[in-house]
Amino acid sequence: MNFKHKYVFLLPGLIVLIGILIFPIIFTVRLSLSGWNSFNPGLDFIGFKNYVRLFTDDPRFWQSFFRLSFLAITTVFLQYVIGFALAHMVWKDIKFKRFFRVLFLIPMMTTPVIMTVIWRTFFHESLGPLNDFLSIFGVQPPWLSSPSLAKVSIIVVEVWQWTSFMFLLMLAGLLSLPKEPFLAAAVDGASPFKKFIYVTFPLMAPISIGAIVIRLIEASKIMDTVFVLTSGGPGTSTETSSFFIFIKGLREFQMGYAATASFTYLIIMIISLTIIVKVLTKVLMRE
Amino acid sequence: MKLKTLISALASVLLIGSQVAHADKWGDQFPHIAATGDIPGMCSYESMSKKDYSGRTLTINTHAIPVMGEPTALHAEQFEKLTGAKVEVTHTPAGDLYSKAMVPFQAGQAPYDIVFGFSNFINDWKRYLAPVPQEYVDQMEGVSASHKAIASWDGVMYQYPVDGDRHYLKYRKDVIDNPEMQAKYKADTGNELKVPTTWKEYGEMASYFNGWDWDGDGEPEYGSAEVMKKDDLMYAAFYSRSVAYAKNPSTPGGFFFDLETMEPLINNPGFVEALTDWVDAVNYVPPGGINFGLGDEINSFGGGQTLFSFSWDDAFVAAMQPDSPISNQVGAAQLPGADRVWNRENGMWDAKSNQAPFFVWGWAVGVAGKSDNKDVAFDYLCFFANGANHQADIGIGRFGVNPFMEEDFKADVWTQIGWDKDIAQSYVETLADMEKSTNRVFPLRVPGTFEFNSALATGTAKALAGQLSPQAALDEVYAEWVAILERVGADNVRDAYAVGVKMEDNEL
Repeated sequence: MNFKHKYVFLLPGLIVLIGILIFPIIFTVRLSLSGWNSFNPGLDFIGFKNYVRLFTDDPRFWQSFFRLSFLAITTVFLQYVIGFALAHMVWKDIKFKRFFRVLFLIPMMTTPVIMTVIWRTFFHESLGPLNDFLSIFGVQPPWLSSPSLAKVSIIVVEVWQWTSFMFLLMLAGLLSLPKEPFLAAAVDGASPFKKFIYVTFPLMAPISIGAIVIRLIEASKIMDTVFVLTSGGPGTSTETSSFFIFIKGLREFQMGYAATASFTYLIIMIISLTIIVKVLTKVLMRE
Repeated sequence: MKLKTLISALASVLLIGSQVAHADKWGDQFPHIAATGDIPGMCSYESMSKKDYSGRTLTINTHAIPVMGEPTALHAEQFEKLTGAKVEVTHTPAGDLYSKAMVPFQAGQAPYDIVFGFSNFINDWKRYLAPVPQEYVDQMEGVSASHKAIASWDGVMYQYPVDGDRHYLKYRKDVIDNPEMQAKYKADTGNELKVPTTWKEYGEMASYFNGWDWDGDGEPEYGSAEVMKKDDLMYAAFYSRSVAYAKNPSTPGGFFFDLETMEPLINNPGFVEALTDWVDAVNYVPPGGINFGLGDEINSFGGGQTLFSFSWDDAFVAAMQPDSPISNQVGAAQLPGADRVWNRENGMWDAKSNQAPFFVWGWAVGVAGKSDNKDVAFDYLCFFANGANHQADIGIGRFGVNPFMEEDFKADVWTQIGWDKDIAQSYVETLADMEKSTNRVFPLRVPGTFEFNSALATGTAKALAGQLSPQAALDEVYAEWVAILERVGADNVRDAYAVGVKMEDNEL
């Protein structure tokens, strides 16, 4: 094939890449160097003023980032454990296997915002069914009014919604595993526990890393659940980075500063996820 | 004299007769106005039916249903039937109304012909809105002068008046005026049970009536329902609690800032005292009350769950609706005051009784300057606020349409929809007294309003959640406000703020 033809075939993809990925990033960087707000709309140039403000004078951004890290790691860990367990369960020949496989996928197929509204009703402290039931035992936990329980509520909703996704990936992984190592383990008389630890788990390591990273990327953008369930409250106790950026950009209309926070957050996430992949590869694949 | 009386009676009969005739024609077709029928005017049902907007599409961005969103959609449907126009209504949460209009405004676009928002957006929005044409202004005879002024900037009206809001106290009349409850309260606390005139009394009574079944419905009731949810207008609730402690008639020249120096006053002892009271209130709101937005407050008080509430009219009107369990069992009064008020000039408390009404102004709506359908848009807004629609709308609590016309301040308007006479009287007197007060506070209408209010909401929410003490929370807000002033420009803010200060200092 002619050398130039190669570039012609690449061109459509390149245009799409520039249009939907490169341009928004470059525009965000440019916006981050401006003071665009409700009073001064426009791309003026204020240098690194926004970055200085973010790094030296905005603890709220960093608090929201560490809160996000906690929520993302906790939810993804729980999703992985539960999702793997459920996948392992229906991987075996059990009764109503097909029914359970469909059942476990249902949460993922529902609309997150609508489900979160339902969860909010569920957690409602004076009118919700959960506290109505718990009042039988004389307890009425402040699910959304206590800073710590509000975080727990978000974790519950996120785990409920996205464990299905983890389940799907882990089940696909389990179904694609070769049979020979399991036959060999059976011949050696390995117990089910040992089979899981020494055969299933190592064989599932590559897909586990992929699933965890995909979910971590998604969980790091957690926004709809926080927005609907707690609005970042009580106080700022459930505010995450994306919610903070939303407030600064679309509520307070500090577009320039929101772009600064957004770009900084992107860089931090790229670095963090690269490190996480390295660590997971080392730990799970024992490289 | 007799002849005059006879002529007057005859005229009344004819007037009523003509209205009934309209009710027959339009009231049957549009049940919403069945009670009054059409009321003649430039934008009445009759007048609109003569317009032909077939083939034209009007786009509206309004609030979520029900508050303001429901009447917008209802009147859009009626307008379509009358004029043949197609009206597309988009519903948006309160917190996003500002940005949903501002993003396209700043990009030079007009995806919506009509944008709903709050009255205090005027300073940021006015450069993107079309002025209300004089012919529409001229027909607003019934709109109070103060409301016309609020909808205008430098004498030009940008916001079409559809709503007028004030914050005042709502209370359960069947409890506060109940001799048995009064005796019980006296025996248990040593104090009189009466309409609270200070926030301290409000707190004491709300605490006492919190968490037990005082109305015998088998469910526990609570002290107070308030808007405490961050980013859901909680800043307005805080201002209502602050005015008594921080609006001193002896120290004119600014409530939010010292107009001369533009020093934020938000962390002075008056505001701190108000926030301290508010933090205490967390103990007497219903479970989950710290997350109550305006809708929750309306449902909670309107549904009979609490003794008190303050803020917009909606909760009161909802409580008075025939389907409410506490219909005709509620009372209205001025916001509670305080026994002392902060004097920022001498840096001391003035030991005197102080009360200050807080005007919230409420919903506002404008037509995009770049709209291609300005004629249809203004006709729609004029139709929205016509006499028949207005009278029907103000009687439905969840609609969020509140009094702003001279007519609304007459008790008869309310007794006609089933309110007890004394309740209607106390309601209109409460509103009228606020208009007469010389110690009023108006909301911020300055560049960057949303930044100031958002910073306040974040700080106060931290205090309510126990993350910071009231003083530390307001010190944080103060620092934020100073930073906002620096970004937006203190002089820009001062120029706009001076207008509000003049109104507060009774110079306008």
